[in-house]
Amino acid sequence: MQLTEDRQKRYEWLLTRYPEKKAALLPVLRLIEDQEGEISDDGMALAAELCDVPPSHVMGVVTFYTHYRRAGTGKYMVQVCATLPCALRGAGAVYEQLVDRLGIEAGETTTDGKFTLRKVECLASCGTAPCVQINDDYHENLTSEKLDQILDGLKS
Amino acid sequence: MSDYVKLPVGKRRGARTEVLRPVEGSGVEHFEPVLLKYVEYENSHTLDFYTSHGGYDAAKKAIADYKPDDLIDFVKSSGLRGRGGAGFPAGLKWSFVPKESAKPKYLAVNADESEPGTFKDRSIIEYDPHQLLEGIIICCYAVGIHTAYIYIRGEFVFGARALEEAIEEAYAGGYLGKNIMGTGFDLDVTVHRGAGAYICGEETGLLSSLEGNRGNPKIKPPFPAVEGLFRSPTVVNNVETLANLPHIINNGIDWYKGMGTDASPGSKIFCLSGHMKHMGLVEVPLGMSLTTMIEAYGGGMIDDLKLKAVIPGGSSAPVLAACDCEVPLCFDACRDAGTMLGSGGVIAMHENTCMVNALWNLLRFYAHESCGQCTPCREGTGWIEKIVARIERGQGRMADLQLLLDICDEMCGRTICVLADAAAFPTRSFIKCFREEFEAHIEAGCCPINEVRAEAMATA
Repeated sequence: MQLTEDRQKRYEWLLTRYPEKKAALLPVLRLIEDQEGEISDDGMALAAELCDVPPSHVMGVVTFYTHYRRAGTGKYMVQVCATLPCALRGAGAVYEQLVDRLGIEAGETTTDGKFTLRKVECLASCGTAPCVQINDDYHENLTSEKLDQILDGLKS
Repeated sequence: MSDYVKLPVGKRRGARTEVLRPVEGSGVEHFEPVLLKYVEYENSHTLDFYTSHGGYDAAKKAIADYKPDDLIDFVKSSGLRGRGGAGFPAGLKWSFVPKESAKPKYLAVNADESEPGTFKDRSIIEYDPHQLLEGIIICCYAVGIHTAYIYIRGEFVFGARALEEAIEEAYAGGYLGKNIMGTGFDLDVTVHRGAGAYICGEETGLLSSLEGNRGNPKIKPPFPAVEGLFRSPTVVNNVETLANLPHIINNGIDWYKGMGTDASPGSKIFCLSGHMKHMGLVEVPLGMSLTTMIEAYGGGMIDDLKLKAVIPGGSSAPVLAACDCEVPLCFDACRDAGTMLGSGGVIAMHENTCMVNALWNLLRFYAHESCGQCTPCREGTGWIEKIVARIERGQGRMADLQLLLDICDEMCGRTICVLADAAAFPTRSFIKCFREEFEAHIEAGCCPINEVRAEAMATA
């Protein structure tokens, strides 16, 4: 595995922004995630090489954080905020609706690999609760109809 | 042109969080926001908009009119206190950084915004990012810093993109890079995305993460001002703190101190969430009473239900019962009332809320977000979460309440960072303010208000 040309350019630029190669690890993992759609064992090995750290360090980092898309994540990572401010505004119902529609529970991926459902902690969208993040995008002020529309609009 | 290479991510703008005005008939006069003045304007995120509204004048003035030390003294005299949660005087924090340092000095901007109930920095980041960049320039000039990083939480994909675009514009316009605005001062700013960890909002955890590590906090001392990022002197400031700087420079100390209270001057952004009729952002001078804010800006509770409890400063702040909500929203009054102003995340709960369930929700958060380094936190957060869970399910014992308090005692002050304390504060305060509700769960062997709550949550 190697970075595509534009990402290689971004990587080289990143190295100029930090005094230590290791500091570029989080952004380099994002580059790999963006390119491959997930962070696999090969991706972690590449990150280790690019940032001059042991593969064990990369795995330690990848597993510490929750937001990286690990290997086996569905095309759409659906993250339901379940923390108190959203919970007070109906996050429970949002989650139940997703369970009903997708037929999976939090932590699972649909058999067709389209959706991964996760319950996550506060997304800093408490004033526009309830909120779901699907891949990069926030969907806020959710209602049952709005959620249905959003899911209908996601291509397989 | 700069050599800034764009992030290959982030396409969609999130919902624009509403900046609330007092409801009609509340008797509260509208306060013209300082920090949020432009966030609702079209194109407020662009350099053109910013400079056409006086943008970067303050940075120019700061560099032209002040020596760095005088600027630190100026900010000290303004009384500006950190807006991230602790309320530490900003100028004083800067003055801890050694003047002469063989190593480069750094600024790490805390844009992690992960305290539940807090969503204020996001509006500045997404809709007025140049305001933040100008604050960064002022801070860096005062402290003698030439490299700044904005650590932004991983979920803010759009926010990171907005910042990168603003930075790119600022480089192109000569506001960042070499010899900025012809002043001879050099400054590089880089956006660094986190990846989903509450603990990275803790300053030493943030620095660990910036260095390419797991976000484990480090023991203080040494404090970041002396030995922080890359083992060099580092200032860590919150987004809102920095955004205040251009306004203080432009309008002066007297103007700034004319807002708020003696010990907590200035305006502050509050985030209204939970069961209030109107959710969103409120910017008012520090010192407004919590009740007034909830009534005048939040419009009271949905379905005209009664207020039951408020968490005034983000989830780590001890909860207040409705009858204790007359407290003025400033750093010291909140502390004296046994809670804290924290990050300004005001979470209100109405009379149908099950407080055991609410606490259980918060404790799940802390148990999930403990980094696991320190035994009292790693084990304690998990343990109290399980005990409160069993009380909510009706399987609790009366002795559990004392057990919870005992575990909280063992968690507090015994860990590297304050996450353990942040889990203990709500636990103690929920039990103190709503003990009869915990006892009712234990006596009834079930959640006595579960049905109402479930219904309320489904229709909310």
